Amino acid sequence: MMRLTGGLLLVGLALGAVPVSAGDGVPLPTPARGKGTQCVEPTDTMRRYHMDYLLHQRDETVHRGIRGTKYALKDCVECHATPDPRPEVRALTLYGFCKECHDYAAVSIDCFGCHTPVSASSEGGSQ
Amino acid sequence: MTASNRKPHDPGRRRLLTGALAAAASVIAPGILLVAPRPAAGRAPGEPVTDRVRWGLLIDTTRCEAGCDHCITACRTEHDWDNAPHSRPDQQAQWIRKLDVHNPETGYTFSLPMMCQHCENPPCADVCPTGASFRRADGIVLVDKHICIGCRYCMIACPYKARSFVHETIGGQKPYSPRGKGTVESCTLCVHRVDAGRLPACVEACTEKAGGAMVFGDLNDPGSEISRTVSRIATTQVRADLGLDPGVLYHGF
Repeated sequence: MMRLTGGLLLVGLALGAVPVSAGDGVPLPTPARGKGTQCVEPTDTMRRYHMDYLLHQRDETVHRGIRGTKYALKDCVECHATPDPRPEVRALTLYGFCKECHDYAAVSIDCFGCHTPVSASSEGGSQ
Repeated sequence: MTASNRKPHDPGRRRLLTGALAAAASVIAPGILLVAPRPAAGRAPGEPVTDRVRWGLLIDTTRCEAGCDHCITACRTEHDWDNAPHSRPDQQAQWIRKLDVHNPETGYTFSLPMMCQHCENPPCADVCPTGASFRRADGIVLVDKHICIGCRYCMIACPYKARSFVHETIGGQKPYSPRGKGTVESCTLCVHRVDAGRLPACVEACTEKAGGAMVFGDLNDPGSEISRTVSRIATTQVRADLGLDPGVLYHGF
């Protein structure tokens, strides 16, 4: 009986909790999307393949000088920048948007060691 | 500059091709020019660079005043490369610098800006173990920082001392000019501006605020200002003896 109650309690928690708990108890990420509504590809495709698009585009741009195509890190920043979760940073950045999922997936990215994550629309904000 | 290490341009062939294209355009639809005259730069989105263009820079040292550093200020402002507070002065990045040159025998003194010379045969690209240093088809020599491992071999190979290494974590990069710790960098000839059909920041500043000592343009286009000027006045490539064929040409010494 105790086990059943415990099980029910767990199910109740799982249903009631937002975000919904995954099987292992790690909450699914719910990144703030910024002003982004419709991305350059369907959301599911972007979730799965954004890294491939960016990797391909970076070579095309740096080596062949191809600019103005639909995959651009700069556009990611402009659409998905949100107020930075770190208190010392007062700017709209991509930090929050990227970090949520990458932390969940245990992926560490170094895009922003060089590329600025700060949106141009937060001009004047300190980084 | 020696005559042997300059690639011969063939303006006759270019004129012939342009003429043929123009003729084709006028036959297809009279009154509508399908092959529009290409602006000095500016490509359509998605179009790669080609070797039809060779970007070059002519610096007239007779108009370059000692002590004037508008080009350096403009470059620093454009790319923000002067922001490494923990690095020693000799570790600081320096994309462009002014040199005051003195000939002790004649007493002739002049000043010139020195930066990446955008060689036709860049030694930095030759020695790069990863292919991060490369020459773009239009003659701009760049570092692909995605694959740069920071070995600094290119810095040793460059006879112009044009490259810098970023020693510390930096922030506040410009969206069009990514820079980061552990990679080598140098003058990009303001590739982001050139691709958009604009002039490099140093050239713009020199023209607007200083003596107008810099001319930027396409060395392959016989009609461009730089081509017309270099055909008229004597120009020098620094260390032309090395056979690197720099795209940066100097006048006045």
